[in-house]
Amino acid sequence: MSSLLISLELPRDNFTLAVHTAIATQGVTAIFGPSGAGKTTLLRWLAGLEPNTQGHLTFGDKIWQDDKQFLASQQRQIGYVFQEPRLFPHLNVEGNLDYAWQRRFNANGPTKAQVCEWLGLEDLLNQPVQQLSGGQQQRVAIARALLSSPQLLLMDEPLASLDKPSRLSILNRLETLQQQLTIPILYVSHDLEEVSRLADQLLLLDNGQVQAQGPLIELCSRLDLSLNHSEEAASIIEAHVVRQDDDYQLSELQVADDLSLQVTRINAPLETNVRLRIPARDISLALEKPVSSSILNILPCTVDEIETTTDARVLIKLKLADQYLLARLTRKSVAQLQLQVGQTVYAQIKSVALLSEREIS
Amino acid sequence: MTAIFLTLKLAALSTLILLLIGTPLAWWLARRQFFGKSLIEALIALPLVLPPTVLGFYLLIAFAPDAPLGSLWQQLTDSQLAFSFSALVIGSVLYSLPFVVQPLQSSFEQLPKQLLEAAATMGANTRDQFLSIVLPLSRRSFVAAASLGFAHTVGEFGVVLMIGGNIPGETQVLSIDLYDKVENLQYAEAHWLAAGLMLFSIILLAAVYRFNRATNTLLEGRHS
Repeated sequence: MSSLLISLELPRDNFTLAVHTAIATQGVTAIFGPSGAGKTTLLRWLAGLEPNTQGHLTFGDKIWQDDKQFLASQQRQIGYVFQEPRLFPHLNVEGNLDYAWQRRFNANGPTKAQVCEWLGLEDLLNQPVQQLSGGQQQRVAIARALLSSPQLLLMDEPLASLDKPSRLSILNRLETLQQQLTIPILYVSHDLEEVSRLADQLLLLDNGQVQAQGPLIELCSRLDLSLNHSEEAASIIEAHVVRQDDDYQLSELQVADDLSLQVTRINAPLETNVRLRIPARDISLALEKPVSSSILNILPCTVDEIETTTDARVLIKLKLADQYLLARLTRKSVAQLQLQVGQTVYAQIKSVALLSEREIS
Repeated sequence: MTAIFLTLKLAALSTLILLLIGTPLAWWLARRQFFGKSLIEALIALPLVLPPTVLGFYLLIAFAPDAPLGSLWQQLTDSQLAFSFSALVIGSVLYSLPFVVQPLQSSFEQLPKQLLEAAATMGANTRDQFLSIVLPLSRRSFVAAASLGFAHTVGEFGVVLMIGGNIPGETQVLSIDLYDKVENLQYAEAHWLAAGLMLFSIILLAAVYRFNRATNTLLEGRHS
């Protein structure tokens, strides 16, 4: 496994992008942050698209940039998916794919047929690119990047400019794709859902600075990160399928011994590992186990940490066996229940979203 | 007949040289910002506003056997530069330069840089990017530049008059021949030449416009 060693100080109009870190390039690392945080600039710099900059960058044992040398984009053996598709207008879909294929960096990558199947391009090959929808164009752009057989795939908000249905359709494909590919991916996004569905590692960037870096699951349970104070904040837990309930069309997912969740039936064989996303706003707490409730999933947890704030709402970190859940309650509820760290409570989980089926990591 | 052949030979050769010089020059002007760029652009555009005889006058002086350029030419080729076919080619290239550089430059300026970045990430070096992206996307402008350069060279008079002399088979091109015919009151022949040149120009320009329309749709619908 190679890693990216980054040392960059890049003054921009209203801030300085200052990133000094190492990114272990394995699986998907998401660079997450609000618009204007410097994510795109960082990715462009990594790709060698920002010459005339000061910085040090090595990938594995190869120097990409230091004080003396600057390796041009075309020699970095990367794939880059831009926010816009950037398809070549004088070539049709197949021509665009061939452009990358003819210049591919090594022979180990996926074949044209494989890539077309993954991204559903078989019927589009002869089309002029101008006639494709936005979603189709972006699928061609992703396929084109893969056909270069890069050592590192950089994706800059590839779904941001698409409408919701095409976004979801490509997201589903990317999720599957990411398990077929062995190359590391750096994925820039400001969309928490996208990130939690795709990423293993997270690098949080705000105002040009790295706020935090680490495994997605870990960062998604930290009270101190602004990431977890957004409306969409959610914790991510891992579970595996233990039982299929054909009668009620539910699946039982085990989180730990004696702790399981029931969700709308998923089509996965027993023992499949899944990742679940539980929005913080969809968890409420009770001191005793509610006996008659319409909520199916009520799990005993221990209060691990309570955020100190004077806002109306408070984030609470709950320990569920060896995993963590975040719950957002009003400060008034916390006071009325007299919640204390170490206390056992029952988390009533109103919604669970399945993120993906994945290998044990 | 000799004049027609000579004119076509001059225009073809000049156009070839113009494309070879004009392409890198236009690329350089389109892609780089530097001090004195406006001055260079002004120098290139000069033949558009200057009476051709002014350019011809200075070239005549430069081509004289005792001038540096003229004597260097004499040493290298053992022949005189002034009043030669080579002098006409040099003059035509300078005279038609803006007609080739300007359409190419504006085409290169409009070419989305994003596409070149995308090509670079796919491993295309600068030369490869030029051949595989820039050239096909600017082919309309190349056709326009070549046609305008060619037609303008065919139509030149002032410069040729000053530096060419009037040597049949060497420097007597169509426009000069026409002038001669009129001077000698050979109106019938003059009519043939004039009408021929006119027809040629109309056909060439119409073909360029038609080609431009046909390829106009190429860049539409592009996401840049």
